[in-house]
Amino acid sequence: MAGKPKLYYFNGRGRMESVRWLLAAAGIEFVEEFLETREQYEKLLQDGALLFQQVPMVEIDGMKMVQTRAILGYIAAKHNLYGKNLKERALIDMYVEGTRDLMDLIRVHHKFSPEEQEKNLALINERATARYFPVYEKVLKDHGTEFLVGNQLTWADVQLIEAILMVEEKVSTILSKFPLLQDFKTRICNIPTIKKFLQPGSQRKPPPDESYVVTANRVFNRK
Amino acid sequence: MAGKPKLYYFDGRGKMESVRWLLAAAGVEFEEELLETREQYEKLLQDGALMFQQVPMVEIDGMKLVQTRAILNYLAATHNLYGRDLKERALIDMYVEGTTDLMQLILMFPFLSAEDKEKQHALIVQKATNRYFPAYEKVLRDHGQDYLVGNQFSWADIHLFEAILMVEEKKCDVLSEFPQLQMFKARISNMPRIKKFLEPGSQRKPIPDDKYVETVRRVLQMYYNVKASV
Repeated sequence: MAGKPKLYYFNGRGRMESVRWLLAAAGIEFVEEFLETREQYEKLLQDGALLFQQVPMVEIDGMKMVQTRAILGYIAAKHNLYGKNLKERALIDMYVEGTRDLMDLIRVHHKFSPEEQEKNLALINERATARYFPVYEKVLKDHGTEFLVGNQLTWADVQLIEAILMVEEKVSTILSKFPLLQDFKTRICNIPTIKKFLQPGSQRKPPPDESYVVTANRVFNRK
Repeated sequence: MAGKPKLYYFDGRGKMESVRWLLAAAGVEFEEELLETREQYEKLLQDGALMFQQVPMVEIDGMKLVQTRAILNYLAATHNLYGRDLKERALIDMYVEGTTDLMQLILMFPFLSAEDKEKQHALIVQKATNRYFPAYEKVLRDHGQDYLVGNQFSWADIHLFEAILMVEEKKCDVLSEFPQLQMFKARISNMPRIKKFLEPGSQRKPIPDDKYVETVRRVLQMYYNVKASV
């Protein structure tokens, strides 16, 4: 067990899913502690394990890291997925911020009423097809390489594939006007570590269901 | 003109203010193009200057950088304000994410209805005093150094300083139970570049007013119906 990162979160996607993706893509084995009760959360608080009283939290290399971006940035840098220089890092940062904004729309979807969900779905569709995916399609087109930045797999590619799959779960034809993203999706899904993560039995989590919502509300004392 | 970063944003704080702070603290002169009309914004869109159709955007070193976090990361790294190694960077990232979350509560404040402003005000003070300030107070108390990370000035310190001033604008005695933060604030205030940025005539922007809200709404045609954070 020593040495493996340990993820503290619910047994569901939420904000931790991007961390699972990145670790999996980098071929890093990790363990998870799932929050199921209010008591577990209060113990973490009392132990001072959560810098801002929040999860995600990842125990890694002697640190208790919180804040998703901080966690992802550390893992990416440590595992050579953050570009070769500052300009590549700047590109990666821009791209992951874009995919994060898109995924944030989906992350909260299950919290809405059915009527709000209809509006949100339209928004997700619009943003994906008019704002985000055209950018990544153009990036791939402009430099004709397999990956978004610097001709090697980076955090930007991992987060983009995660975003594509998430949007497809909501709008299955979302890539119909993006041929290069379709190729990208096929290529990235065939990378051995990612292929493995996409198979049943991996630590990838399913889309949020009722029990996920109930658990999160209970742990955080929300109505 | 060549060489100076150019900031594209409204004439107000918003998400660009943290960028102004970082540049000022790093002693980097910068220019600003202030968005006042819908036409200016549409021209930027047509020129393909805004990757995700959004501002902030900063022209720097041949790039048109968007996404506040990407801009700040780049500036911090190029000006030696991002720590000496991965672990220091991890700490800086955690700390700035915390102050970002706190400042985000204040960012939307001017767009709220009068009733929601009251709720949001209470939330800002509560989160600052119960969640965020205690964390930074403890960091400073535990290592007894002048700065948050690695015993040297970093982006985390600038961001925390900015957050403290913003919360104090909402509740002037909010640091009363945080002696370390009071001393921290005094120390940072006395740094020459920070002192200069705090003086009238600098590029620091004032507290957003109705004119700012009206401009943002008019230019972006958004943010008409913003709700308090709960």
